Amino acid sequence: MLRLEKLTKTYKTGDQALKAVDLDVPKGQVLALIGPSGAGKSTLIRCINRLVEPTSGKVWLGETELTGLGSGALRRERRRMGMIFQEYALVERLTVMENVLSGRLGYVGFWRSLARRFPQSDVDEAFRLLDRVGLLQMADKRADELSGGQRQRVGICRALIQNPALLLVDEPTASLDPKTSRQIMRLICELCAERDLAAIINIHDVALAQMFVQRVIGLRFGAVEFDGPPEALTPDVLTTIYGEEDWHATIKKDDEAVA
Amino acid sequence: MPVTDLSDGTRIWQRRSQREALTHWAIWLVGVAIFVWCWNWISDQTTWPFVWDAPRIAGDILTRATPPRWSYMEQLWWPIWDTINIATLGTLIALVMAVPVAFMAARNTTPSALFVRPIALLIIVSTRSINSLIWALLLIAIIGPGVFAGIIAIAIRSIGFCAKLLYEAIEEIDRTQVEAITATGASRWQVMAYGIVPQILPAFAGISVFRWDINIRESTVLGLVGAGGIGLQLSGSLNTLAWPQVSLILLVILVAVVISEWVSAKVRGAII
Repeated sequence: MLRLEKLTKTYKTGDQALKAVDLDVPKGQVLALIGPSGAGKSTLIRCINRLVEPTSGKVWLGETELTGLGSGALRRERRRMGMIFQEYALVERLTVMENVLSGRLGYVGFWRSLARRFPQSDVDEAFRLLDRVGLLQMADKRADELSGGQRQRVGICRALIQNPALLLVDEPTASLDPKTSRQIMRLICELCAERDLAAIINIHDVALAQMFVQRVIGLRFGAVEFDGPPEALTPDVLTTIYGEEDWHATIKKDDEAVA
Repeated sequence: MPVTDLSDGTRIWQRRSQREALTHWAIWLVGVAIFVWCWNWISDQTTWPFVWDAPRIAGDILTRATPPRWSYMEQLWWPIWDTINIATLGTLIALVMAVPVAFMAARNTTPSALFVRPIALLIIVSTRSINSLIWALLLIAIIGPGVFAGIIAIAIRSIGFCAKLLYEAIEEIDRTQVEAITATGASRWQVMAYGIVPQILPAFAGISVFRWDINIRESTVLGLVGAGGIGLQLSGSLNTLAWPQVSLILLVILVAVVISEWVSAKVRGAII
């Protein structure tokens, strides 16, 4: 479904954020991307929808190669990739409904979107999604009136209303408390299962990732260090990804969660 | 050296070393000397008998100016209406022109930082650096005296002000909101309408009423050079030494400015 071939990103400063990353994500697979800060996790998912331009390499979304597309074709492909952000990235001064409907911008012409005259089918879908994440009664509130967890739910709705084939999720829980973090992760994974969506989730919380995903990729200095099921994350593996530390506490927490 | 070690081991700390203190004192001495010299020079250039006379003259004008000639008011309604129109229309025209200039000048929205941005900045600097009274003089020569020249003078003068404040607001927006809209596959114009415009709308409204408020004050003097509005009556009354009319005009201007400040404060309060 998504295939990265030798994806490389070198910033103008000379920092090599990604070193020829190869990755294959089949349809419906939820994948966690872990690694220390600066390992290139954010760069990797931004190179996929080209919010950051990759230096070289190829990105295949289904049958389409993304890195060579012109701006019009790129916009059409971006509609198939929903993105969820760490700080929610809602447009604060717009209402919840407007934020959700902004996920349809790629399908609606400029003047219609300016007049907020979205097709009724889009509005129906927006209400359905808001109901699914439990925010139906908030539709008319302004985004900056919501709590962190509520905002992230709106962010999820905005990504899903695009009707994407792939979700790119950048640190969805980094600004949330532990309980809300779990709820959000559970929600994302449930929705992916319902819609048979593939997802790449950048995440710092290893234990949380282990709880929900089917596959874990460990990134270090822009290269893939680990690729395997969450159970295979041993203290040794975490040491190769993050460096020397006593990892038993992190893993043990997971054992309890599994048991 | 601010820190000195004495032979008995105590360390003395002072704010300045002796040399710094001396320099400091010398600079003060030179400064005071220049001030005294300038004071003396101004005093030599002044015709003091006129200054001694000033309170009496001022008192004289005050008694001539009071009470204001209230009956003159019927001739002032139309000019004050003109003045308000000059300010309002001028501000509207300025805003229409300032918005594209601001988007071209802001680093994050300019189509080309190399060619378009310098032109936009030049427009901002050149319109801002010339006073509206001078713009009015130029425009009267070009399009003849009257209200229209005043409107255009106010508009040109305001472009730079509005565009500068607006482009600073555009540069301060939250980039991730723009990123999120871009990621949905929105077009360039949709990104502007959904990602940028909502973020700068409060700043835009604030700038508009602020500039309108300033323009009410600026347009009251445009008539002095013949560009319409109440300034024409003011200059006429001053030239004919009709002090009761002058005082009435000044009172009318004061009231207009107070009202405009009240309105702009209300509008700003409602937005933020």
